[in-house]
Amino acid sequence: MGSLVNYIYILSGALFVLSLKWMNSPVTARRGVFAGEAGMLMAIAGTLIGHHANWEWILAALFIGTAVGVPIAYIMPMTAVPQRTAMSHACGALAAALVGTAEYYQRQPHADTELVGFTMVALVIETLLGFLTFTGSLMAMGKLQEILPSRPLVYKNQNAINFVLFAIAIGLGVRVILVPTDTWIFPIFAGLSLVFGVLLILPIGGADMPPVIALLNSYAGLSACAMGFALDNKLLVIAGALDGSSGLILLLFGAFGQIQTAKGKTEQRPYRSASAEEAASILEAASSVIIVPGYGLAVAQAQHKIRDLFDSLGKRGVDVKFAIHPVAGRMPGHMNVLLAEADIPYDRLIEMDDINGEFPQCDVALVIGANDVTNPAARTDKSSPIFGMPILDVDKAHTVMVIKRSMNPGFAGIDNDLYYMDKTLMLFGDAKAFVSEILKELPAAVRA
Amino acid sequence: MPSNLEMGLYVFMLATFVGLEVIRRVSPLLHTPLMSLTNAISAISVVGAILIISNEEATNLSKVLGFVAITAATTNIVSGFLITDRMLKMFKRREEKK
Repeated sequence: MGSLVNYIYILSGALFVLSLKWMNSPVTARRGVFAGEAGMLMAIAGTLIGHHANWEWILAALFIGTAVGVPIAYIMPMTAVPQRTAMSHACGALAAALVGTAEYYQRQPHADTELVGFTMVALVIETLLGFLTFTGSLMAMGKLQEILPSRPLVYKNQNAINFVLFAIAIGLGVRVILVPTDTWIFPIFAGLSLVFGVLLILPIGGADMPPVIALLNSYAGLSACAMGFALDNKLLVIAGALDGSSGLILLLFGAFGQIQTAKGKTEQRPYRSASAEEAASILEAASSVIIVPGYGLAVAQAQHKIRDLFDSLGKRGVDVKFAIHPVAGRMPGHMNVLLAEADIPYDRLIEMDDINGEFPQCDVALVIGANDVTNPAARTDKSSPIFGMPILDVDKAHTVMVIKRSMNPGFAGIDNDLYYMDKTLMLFGDAKAFVSEILKELPAAVRA
Repeated sequence: MPSNLEMGLYVFMLATFVGLEVIRRVSPLLHTPLMSLTNAISAISVVGAILIISNEEATNLSKVLGFVAITAATTNIVSGFLITDRMLKMFKRREEKK
């Protein structure tokens, strides 16, 4: 029986690898999800085959989890995907942390033989990462859902306090490893891990969430991996390592994440604004338009209106593309999902590196709800807090139009030079309402 | 014979390299579905939770913690896979449009 379970685990691990491999293209991606589901079912079924105690508990928990999970997956609107992902991270991390805790207390009476050396190290890592990812993800979810203020919360000596707390947590962890029989330390260690997760996310603003989501995802995987070492289960190690390496996409975000809130410049500079009618006639006359979506699009739920604009301009022979910045929105790839929801074909969604060369030849760049990712200061102004961050070269287009509620600076609190250029027209209003107005003006422009 | 720990480290090293290679090739277009897919896979900790609770010697504490862990992990698995599929269904090429 034991070896059958192991073979099932091997197959399950292979399915997980295939699952990620098939995610490389939208054509095979759904097959990838299927492989992942099959791998997970086999893992659970395989584990159940070998064990017979407390079935009623296991089945009840599986049932409740499914009953909760299915509605979440279907009811959640696409704009809330970042929050859901953060919540899901919290659930997975909690599971890992609780298993670590249970394991510790269960084996603790036989500490001399069972909790020695590496097993204990793995248990401590598993619980530390599990608990801090749990509270960290809850914080991220709160900020994304705007239950908590999405502005960064910064206070004096924040780094020093965080570091000291983390050092104490590590110290206690080491102590638990060395003397596993001191059970009183464990709850303190767990508590500190929970607190540290909160502190870790406090100073991070809503706009910096994409790398944070990726990082928390990675932690959840590494926690599962550590569990694999503690339980000597290779499948857990494989799945955990695969998930842990997904943190790799963090590297794509470059210098992002170091943004400090800048002092808002108070000086007034002249800018030009335009009405929906003028905007419509400029779009009508263009032969190529690049739309640059940002988080404002998600907030205004404007994706379907933008799809109408895309169709309307397409019928007039205007070439419309979308420029996708890697950190536009609140999680990696957020914009792609929103635009795909509105049925915009994905071959029109172009990544930053591929589209930047096209801006100089493009007639109109239409920025909708994006700000810092279009700020030319990142390229030119060494004193700017976002200097060095990769941006979309919107300022190189012949004409720039920006739909924005007001002249208030974005999340990072940095003024955007783009708005004051001679070729820039500011279109003030809610993204959805303004795009609707442009659409109303478009047919009229045709007749004229 | 290498010890369990050494075997585990071999597996970890190889799986990490495979993971890095595979994830590097994922189209940025699909980063959100990738996040929710890997998130669902990370809930593999459900296996650990089942192992804890199904142990003949499981204490009441282990049962309760294991129960909560299985519930949380299953929520994560089910909602993670289903919403990933829901997202991927929306990605269409132009040719497929009416």
